Amino acid sequence: MKSNLTNEQVAERLQKQFGEHIKSVETPYDFLTIEVDAAKLYDIIFWLKTDSELQISFLTNLGGVHYPDSEGREFAIVYHLQSMVNNFRLRLKAFVSKENTEVDSIVDIYAGANWMERETFDFYGITFNGHPDMRRILNEDSMDYFPMRKEYHLEDATREDKDDRFFGR
Amino acid sequence: MGKIEDLQVINGEGYQLSSLEKVVASARANSVWPLPFATSCCGIEYMATMGSNYDLARFGMERMSFSPRQADLLIVAGTISKKLAPVLKQVYEQMAEPKWVLSVGACASSGGIFDTYSVLQGIDRVIPVDVYVPGCPPRPEQIIDGIMKIHEMVKHESLRRRYSDEYKSLLNSYNIENNEE
Repeated sequence: MKSNLTNEQVAERLQKQFGEHIKSVETPYDFLTIEVDAAKLYDIIFWLKTDSELQISFLTNLGGVHYPDSEGREFAIVYHLQSMVNNFRLRLKAFVSKENTEVDSIVDIYAGANWMERETFDFYGITFNGHPDMRRILNEDSMDYFPMRKEYHLEDATREDKDDRFFGR
Repeated sequence: MGKIEDLQVINGEGYQLSSLEKVVASARANSVWPLPFATSCCGIEYMATMGSNYDLARFGMERMSFSPRQADLLIVAGTISKKLAPVLKQVYEQMAEPKWVLSVGACASSGGIFDTYSVLQGIDRVIPVDVYVPGCPPRPEQIIDGIMKIHEMVKHESLRRRYSDEYKSLLNSYNIENNEE
């Protein structure tokens, strides 16, 4: 089914509204992907939802990514948004550094973000300011690290029978 | 009818001689009430074992006990995540003595293919295990073999096992309180 909006239209409107807070615009696989200022995330998502033309008012997914080698922007927070009315999908990205992994919570815009933000915190240690209940959701409460960060091994750390020599490490 | 083994039977007019220990052990072994703690595919194999084709009922095990308080044998079938480990331990602690544990499948026994931060690397990290059944998942025949190994243990074990120093120190090593003292 055809979309009522084009990638160019949405990118243009966002740039007009938020100017320098829109860092980059890409369209990999024809999927509009916009990098924005982490401090402006909340405002942008709120504006997208309430704008009467765009009506991008559905949060599909929210998650984190760790890029340990990109200095100053180690963590990405990715939002997938959709306009049901216009049949249009949009990906928003924001980067934060490992020293300051804080962004604003969007729970009061999308209640469905609650558990997704907790999951992102659980695995990446990204904290969402203003979240009503910022604690782990999937891992055990006593876990003392964020397991999806790349500096931690995937394997269980308590195993003693696995000798690195047999695994080519 | 349960089979009483290694028994010196003196046939006479309606009486048998045996030791109390052997009679009790035989009664226990032929009415082990299992508590299935099934979390994944091994649980499906265990369900097949309970079904009419393999028929656990012929061992006096037709009554699945879904309360730990009326169970003798804890059958752990499937992957146990670290978050689930304290629950498993609590279930074990709620079981009354005498009690046995059967670990079904690679995941319950060693973590299996899930060598990862979120999965318990074998249930023997939190509770003592009597018999391990290998396989991924094991066939019902293997599970029955494991259960028969449990039966052998039950038959040949001291009725006062729970009072032995060895058993006490085993529970102590798991930080499990021995309520039978």
